[in-house]
Amino acid sequence: MKADASVVEAVFESDLKNVEAAEEVVERVCTSLGFDEEELHKIGMAVHESMINAIWHGNKNDPTKSVWLQFRIYDDRLEIRIRDQGAGFNLDGIPHPLEPENLLKVSGRGIFLIRSFMDDFQVNRTGSGTEVTLVKRRQHNTDPNQGGMHREHEGHNTPG
Amino acid sequence: MSMKATIRQVNSVTVIDLSGRITLGEGCSQLRELIRDLLSKGHSKMLLNLADVTYIDSSGIGELVSGFTAVSNGGGQLKLLNLTKKVHDLLQITKLLTVFDVHDDEAKAIASFEKPGT
Repeated sequence: MKADASVVEAVFESDLKNVEAAEEVVERVCTSLGFDEEELHKIGMAVHESMINAIWHGNKNDPTKSVWLQFRIYDDRLEIRIRDQGAGFNLDGIPHPLEPENLLKVSGRGIFLIRSFMDDFQVNRTGSGTEVTLVKRRQHNTDPNQGGMHREHEGHNTPG
Repeated sequence: MSMKATIRQVNSVTVIDLSGRITLGEGCSQLRELIRDLLSKGHSKMLLNLADVTYIDSSGIGELVSGFTAVSNGGGQLKLLNLTKKVHDLLQITKLLTVFDVHDDEAKAIASFEKPGT
C-alpha cells in the first residue's frame, strides 16, 4: 500500500436505515474529489449495494454487528473498503443476471451493478468478516491537499 | 425519503405515479403490496409512472421484475412510463429494456394497452 493516501472512515450499526447515511458520506467525499454527478451516482450506488450486502447478507441485520466504510484517496484512484462481520460469499456461485434464464429473477443484480460501475471489485475474507474493495480511477487530481497520511474518523452509530 | 404512490384510473388502465426511493426495505415492500392489492381487486392493466423516482437499487429493479411477472402471469400487462436517465441506464445495463414495454408519453402508453399483442 502506498503511504500517500488520505483516509476517511465511518462505522455503522447494521441497520438498513444507515445505508442512506453511508451514501451521504460518499457524496461528500466524492464531491470533494471532483467526481461529476454521473460518476458520483455510480460510486454511490456501488457503495449502496455493498452496504446492503454487508448489513443484510453479511451481518444478517444484527444491530450488534458493525459495518466499516473506509475511503483511501490516492492521486490516481479512490479505493473504498466495506467490511462486515459475516461469513462471506462465493462470487463464483452468483448466477449472471444477464443470462436469459436469469433475466426475470427478482434478485442477483447487486454484484453485477457494482462491477459495472467501478473499475475494480475484490472480495477478501478477513479474520472476523468479509471485506470488499471498490476502486474508481480518478481522471485528474483536483485536490491540492493530497499527500501525507491524514485520517478523519466519523462515527455513525445512529441514523443521520 | 421513502416511496410514495398515487393511483389514477385512465380508461381501463391503472396509472401508478411513484415518487421517492424504491430500495430494499420499505420502498420495495410498499410496491410489492400495492401491485398485489391492485391485482387482487381485478386491475390487470398497470402503468408505472417513474418520473419522480429519485433512486432505485437492485432490489427495486427486482421488485419491478416481480410486479411484471405477477401481472403477466395473471393475464395482465404492466408497463413503464417516464424513466429518468438513471433508471433508463440501469434497465439498459441489466438488459431489462428488452423485457419491459417503456413509454415516455402517457397518452400513447394508455393507448398501447388497447392494441393486441403489446
